Amino acid sequence: MNSPDESKHWDKTSRLMITMMSIWFFFGFVIHMFVNQLNTIKIFGFPFGYYMAAQGSLIVFVAMLFWFAKAQDKIDRESGFAEDE
Amino acid sequence: MTAQATSRGGDFTSNLGRIYGIYTGGFAAFIILVAILERAGVPNQILGYMFVGFTVLVYAFIGIVSRTVQVSEYYVAGRKVPAFYNGMATGADWMSGASFVGMAGSLFLLGYDGLAFVLGWTGGYVLVAVLVAPFLRKFGAYTVPDFLAARYGGNTARMLGVMVLLACSFTYVVAQIFATGLIAQRFLGMDFVVAVYVGLLGILVCSMLGGMRAVTWTQVAQYIVLIVAYLVPVVILSAKKFGLPIPQLTYGSAIAEITALEQSFVAKGLATEAVMAAKAHTTPFNSYSPANYFALILCLMVGTASLPHVLMRYFTTPSVRDARMSVAWSLLFIFLLYFTAPAYAAFSKLEVYSTLIGKNVADMPAWVFTYGKLGLVTICGKAADSVATITAACQALPGHAGVLRLQDFGINTDVVVLSTPEIAGLPYVIAGLVAAGGLAAALSTADGLLLAIANALSHDIYYKMIDKNAPTARRLIVSRVLLVVVAVAAAWTASKRPADILAMVSWAFSLAAAGLFPALVLGIWDKRTNRAGAIAGIIAGFGLCLFYLVVTRYFPGHGAAYFGMSSLLNPVTGAPLVDVAKALAAPNGMETWVAGTHPLASKVGWFNMNNISSAIFGLPVGFIVMFAVSRLTAAPSQELQDFVDNCRRPRGGTIMEEKTT
Repeated sequence: MNSPDESKHWDKTSRLMITMMSIWFFFGFVIHMFVNQLNTIKIFGFPFGYYMAAQGSLIVFVAMLFWFAKAQDKIDRESGFAEDE
Repeated sequence: MTAQATSRGGDFTSNLGRIYGIYTGGFAAFIILVAILERAGVPNQILGYMFVGFTVLVYAFIGIVSRTVQVSEYYVAGRKVPAFYNGMATGADWMSGASFVGMAGSLFLLGYDGLAFVLGWTGGYVLVAVLVAPFLRKFGAYTVPDFLAARYGGNTARMLGVMVLLACSFTYVVAQIFATGLIAQRFLGMDFVVAVYVGLLGILVCSMLGGMRAVTWTQVAQYIVLIVAYLVPVVILSAKKFGLPIPQLTYGSAIAEITALEQSFVAKGLATEAVMAAKAHTTPFNSYSPANYFALILCLMVGTASLPHVLMRYFTTPSVRDARMSVAWSLLFIFLLYFTAPAYAAFSKLEVYSTLIGKNVADMPAWVFTYGKLGLVTICGKAADSVATITAACQALPGHAGVLRLQDFGINTDVVVLSTPEIAGLPYVIAGLVAAGGLAAALSTADGLLLAIANALSHDIYYKMIDKNAPTARRLIVSRVLLVVVAVAAAWTASKRPADILAMVSWAFSLAAAGLFPALVLGIWDKRTNRAGAIAGIIAGFGLCLFYLVVTRYFPGHGAAYFGMSSLLNPVTGAPLVDVAKALAAPNGMETWVAGTHPLASKVGWFNMNNISSAIFGLPVGFIVMFAVSRLTAAPSQELQDFVDNCRRPRGGTIMEEKTT
């Protein structure tokens, strides 16, 4: 069986995965289901629903991946499973 | 010899910033030189040849100096590509000729619904980073089937992986070579078939001698060319028209103007309510139904996370940590192009709406005829090759007043990017730059795909399945021979101009998604998934996806008659696209291997699902079968479960060890 350290590491990794997948699902799908409602708002001339699909969600994806790389590395380090530099 | 090669590699990787800095500066100087030559009166065609010739020579030079005789250099670039540069290489690997030239045009034609591609091809990287790539890097695979073989104990899983890989990569590489031919034909006036084989040489010289190592460093160079070429015209256009060189912000006002013009067209009778309902730029779901829109996003995202030529880029980083960082960099570099594409579409549409629609047919601007002569712009249903042709064509339409209406105008998706320099009134040097960028995009993707295919054949089939004791030298020779064979086969196929090639590329995503994603994800995240489950799941998921594609496209009559498929629905009106009963009764109703001209081809399906998102059936079936069969059969051995644990922890080096001599 796995040692407690290993289980803890994988629990934390799995939790981070669920968080990331939830954000991904929200910005990849859920928010675009409300495109008609969002389009009534205008920013810089863009209808907001259109803006989210053309730029907003993309910016979130980029930012979340940089954050993910840091967060997962932190989990690895705290559990002692990170690679040597 | 080995030590020398390593130390040279070390020097090279520690000087990357300087080397690519000089390269970028040299490229800028070259653009200025061509601009000066243009002023001096050198003809455009020579300038075009200079652009393409110079860039291809640079790629060839990098390809040749990166040659290698080491297996790990050949397959994974020695695993010393820094995250940042691997991100650039992945950007070039990922963005195909069609992305570069055609994506903005699709957004022009589809409006909001085209954003499914933008979302799908970026959001997929979240899945790559979180679910798949770092774990494959830890395992230390050379190819994606390597992982399947190790995790699911044996060559059956490996063979299935190779099959899926070939199915989704080969048509894709044919399309890339096709794109190089088209670009060379349009910009250099070369014969298409000659251009295809010249493109083939350009691809081979980059990949054959140095494998992954050479492809990596050329792809970085190609990324720089393609992103500069994509951004420059639209940045200048934005600065000229809106006084701000940030097209991604200024196209908001272009969209507002487009919407206002659309409303005025209806008021002035230049477009009917029905035409406008189907074409309004920011109105969602007028090209795809909401279900199709979201299914397409899902299939593109999951496909992205399963395409072997993308995943294998993350095998080249020095560590698992770098693999994660590298996915983030990749997405940033890809994002730069994809969030600019809608700006191209909006500026181009504004140009068409404000200078063409509502004007006299006799007064069209010059660029309409430039592209009309190539058959890429149509007016009143005829290619706009001269004023006389289109005037006659419009007069032939009943009730046409000689004023261009919205429905009279047709444009090929490639024109949007290609015509922007001309619309912005920029000199030819910028058009040459765009050609070099499109070529860089097509060549780099072709390199990555060819390597993925040749590596699967040489490493997975020849080395792992046929001759496990093959010495290194022979393995590398086999790899190179197979690379040339696959490349020539792809170029030959492209030179025949297969009609369905573009449709097939969009299928690659669904095939990869349904065939590989469940096995990769469950292989890492579910220890209980075993060999029997994986094999059953891959066959069920991939099989169903392929069945749906082939039946809806090539056997639509049989689909409707025997497999319960019905006509797809018009997304705006909800009416069926075709009368299935009538089409089946026609003499050609049950014809097989029908071309796109068959009335039912790609217009029938289950649950109104377009076949471009066919993984929407194969993907869940693959997951369910894999999960269920695994639960019904014995758990994987303790050894395999330990293997999964090992993949999950970054520490401790790769699992798969390569013999080095």
